Amino acid sequence: MSTVPISVTVDGQRYESDVEPRQLLVHHLRDGLGRVGTPIGCDTSNCGACTVLLDGKSVKSCAVLAVQTDGRSVTTVQGLANGTWHPVQQAFHAEHGLQCGYCTPGMMLAAVDLLTENPNPTEAEIRDGLEGNLCRCTGYQNIVKAVQAAAVAMQAEGAAR
Amino acid sequence: MTETLESSKLVGQPLKRKEDARLVTGETNWTDNIQLPGMLYMAILRSPMAHAKIDRIDTSRAAQMPGVVAVYTGADLAGLGIPCVWPVTDDMVGPTFPVLAADEVRFAGDAVAAVVADSRYRASDALEGIEVDYSPLPAVIDMTAALADGADLVHSDKGTNKCYYWEFTGGDYAAAKAKAEAEGGRVFHRQYIQQRLIPNAMEPRAVVCAPMAATGEITLWSSTQIPHVVRVLLALVTGIPEQKIRVIAPDVGGGFGSKLDLYREEVIAAVVAGKLGRPVKWTESRSEGYQATIHGRDQIQDIEVACTADGTLLGLKVDLVANMGAYLQIITPGIPLLGAFMYNSIYKFEALHFGCTGVFTTTTPTDAYRGAGRPEATYAIERLMDDLAAELGVDPLELRAKNWIKHEEFPFTTIAGLEYDSGNYEAATAKATELLDYSGLRAEQARRRESGDPVQLGIGVSTFTEMCGLAPSRILSALKYVAGGWESSTVRVLPTGKVEVVTGTSPHGQGHVTAWSQIAADALGVPFEDIEVIYGDTKMSPHGMDTYGSRSLVVGGIAVLHAAERVVEKARRIAAHQLECDPADLDFEGGVFKVRGTPGAEKAIQAVAFEAFTAHDLPEGVEPTLTADSTLDPNQFSYPHGTHLCAVEVDTETGAVVIRKYVAVDDIGNVVNPMIVEGQVHGGIAQGIAQALYEEAVYDADGNLVTGTMVDYLVPSAADLPHFTTDRTVTPATTNELGVKGVGEAGTIASTPAVVNAVVDALRHLGVHDMRMPCSPQTVWRTIQTAAGASSNSNGAQS
Repeated sequence: MSTVPISVTVDGQRYESDVEPRQLLVHHLRDGLGRVGTPIGCDTSNCGACTVLLDGKSVKSCAVLAVQTDGRSVTTVQGLANGTWHPVQQAFHAEHGLQCGYCTPGMMLAAVDLLTENPNPTEAEIRDGLEGNLCRCTGYQNIVKAVQAAAVAMQAEGAAR
Repeated sequence: MTETLESSKLVGQPLKRKEDARLVTGETNWTDNIQLPGMLYMAILRSPMAHAKIDRIDTSRAAQMPGVVAVYTGADLAGLGIPCVWPVTDDMVGPTFPVLAADEVRFAGDAVAAVVADSRYRASDALEGIEVDYSPLPAVIDMTAALADGADLVHSDKGTNKCYYWEFTGGDYAAAKAKAEAEGGRVFHRQYIQQRLIPNAMEPRAVVCAPMAATGEITLWSSTQIPHVVRVLLALVTGIPEQKIRVIAPDVGGGFGSKLDLYREEVIAAVVAGKLGRPVKWTESRSEGYQATIHGRDQIQDIEVACTADGTLLGLKVDLVANMGAYLQIITPGIPLLGAFMYNSIYKFEALHFGCTGVFTTTTPTDAYRGAGRPEATYAIERLMDDLAAELGVDPLELRAKNWIKHEEFPFTTIAGLEYDSGNYEAATAKATELLDYSGLRAEQARRRESGDPVQLGIGVSTFTEMCGLAPSRILSALKYVAGGWESSTVRVLPTGKVEVVTGTSPHGQGHVTAWSQIAADALGVPFEDIEVIYGDTKMSPHGMDTYGSRSLVVGGIAVLHAAERVVEKARRIAAHQLECDPADLDFEGGVFKVRGTPGAEKAIQAVAFEAFTAHDLPEGVEPTLTADSTLDPNQFSYPHGTHLCAVEVDTETGAVVIRKYVAVDDIGNVVNPMIVEGQVHGGIAQGIAQALYEEAVYDADGNLVTGTMVDYLVPSAADLPHFTTDRTVTPATTNELGVKGVGEAGTIASTPAVVNAVVDALRHLGVHDMRMPCSPQTVWRTIQTAAGASSNSNGAQS
């Protein structure tokens, strides 16, 4: 099968690759670039485990073709920390918002997008906002708490700037 | 309590997890992450039909497709089968379960051929190049029909779809029933349906096998809960010598019982990698996993209780029909037996009769799913208690309190022959009713009923217990399970004073690294941060029975404690020798041995470790290095319990159910890490609610899995679940030094009946007495309509 050259910035690094047009972004990240921090949990775009940020907006990377990301910027869980952990990472740890950790990359990136759009969400808004990300371990309660804690931390961080 | 617990500093504290750092930064090691030089990818061709003869398989076109290295069929892998290690009766029917079907497929998704290619996509592409001619055979889906005379057979050579009949008797049920009837009491029967569930661990299963031709060794990475068991079974199945097999469970993304198996793909990958001399990876897609990974539950429960007129329970009779699926996986037939001793639950009965018929159908095999037998048992008895209370016109809590074991009656030997060491059902229930505002909600319920509010309120009760800490090996032997229930640990204090704790448990989200560190830190008096926990690799942790059945802390955690205590005893002898005193004259506090009455004469355990390493000055008979082992076989099960209460609002016009409040008071004895415990309870409740309200694996009459993808099978999201109010009472277990009981399954076991009881309770005045799970809006609405129709008919007959 023929390939297409693409240039994608992933977690701040630019990667030049030749990919099959049918290749999913998540397979490109994992198998092509070795960025295996983003896991795959389903084949119907229901679970959200593979959620990444594409130019700052959350997408399910199993529902995006690698060629669609040519010239664009992808942030995965591996690029979330910037010297120190992102407040969402810290909050998931502090509030026990993860158990097995498989949904966690997608859950955190969805939370980052949610908090960008709505910096002070209610519990109901958090639950609705994370509806596209499934977790089988936590019952979501501590994920909700983590997002609430991250919202507070991010607002304090913003105020400090 | 022992000295260890009293002096503890870390056990009992909500320490943040050591596990998290890699998981929140993506430095993970899931099986599918593994890339090896020259690695090939495997894809499995699966049967589109539930039951068919395979007339012909032609792989020639696939073999010519780009990147394809090899194609295997059942004929190529003949003789390789999946074992069942729990033959529950001597005459159990146990069909051969080939790793690839050769002559006949017996469920939709049955494995037919394996393609190995140089990329994930090319392996999948090549599946379409395989031609299979099938002659359809009748699907066998309905369990009752499958047991009828003349039924179509799943395994025609066996002459029956019955896998086994297993029974268990305590007391004389017929006498109890006769007593109830003679004294004007009641004999009350119900049938409940445990629908089939799909476990849905978030990480799909995956396996990588790397062979080493020169030595005959293989390394197999698998997303499994049971690396140690997989190693033994792989050796038995493939003939590869056990010492040449290394099994690694790297990061494992949840299991819930579904990764408690030796799976066909593990065997195929091991054999094929050896044949090709190259590493092979297989990763299931979610939809593939829905057919290829075990399902849970799927039982028909007939339950009959005999009681006196005032509701004192006398006898309990349980008849189960349990769906095995098409084949037996590792412990498929034993799952209902794990519930057999739990139907009597926390109540005092004079008699119990339990019978279970296992039946084959042309469906994906069932096996352990979170709770495994105990959620089913708890559901039936707790549904029954609510229904019986309604029948008797008493409050469901009152009926339970009348019949449960009083806290002063422990230890108590139940009619099922189990000795419950401890419990306090009164305390847990009192706390739960207060947290729910039970009486306030009952008053609101009465108001809504009176006003004919279209949204009715229901309160569901679930007072549960379970048997955890699998398991005393002698009991497993009595149940014909072919392995033991022990667990193993090694604790090493390294020359620099840092500590390695090796455990035979195999965590996949439960936080063992953190909890075992807390236990060892307290026992050794070393910093929490200085401890590394080693697990999940048969080369690094050679002995273990792995993680399932809420066993890890109660068995494995105690093994860690024992090994650490043995390290301290060894260190004490060395310290005494060097401090020139009797070992008995040393106090051990905060990691330091101190000569009693001689200030300043002391030696830290880290310093002792260095002495043990140099071995320059050890006492007579003490070997170098500061290390000790423990292999613990528990004497008893443990019995967590609790009271879960659920209040739901049911819209009688739409059938929609909303959980208004959920209260869980669990008594799991002492707690090592309350943060982790709370997380386990939350997740458990969520899975139990999922069974009550959302999930069901549905086959059509032709044996197609209708709920074949995550689009069709409703795993609840954050928006589908409420906030849970959780609390605890503490009645320490008396059967282990930490007083712990286990918590991995409690929430799942307790919550399903609490929710369904609440739904039924909301609608009882409308003539609703049962509700089939899941209580979807459609099911609820239809049940209300049916009850309304029935009541208008009967009213008509009376008038």
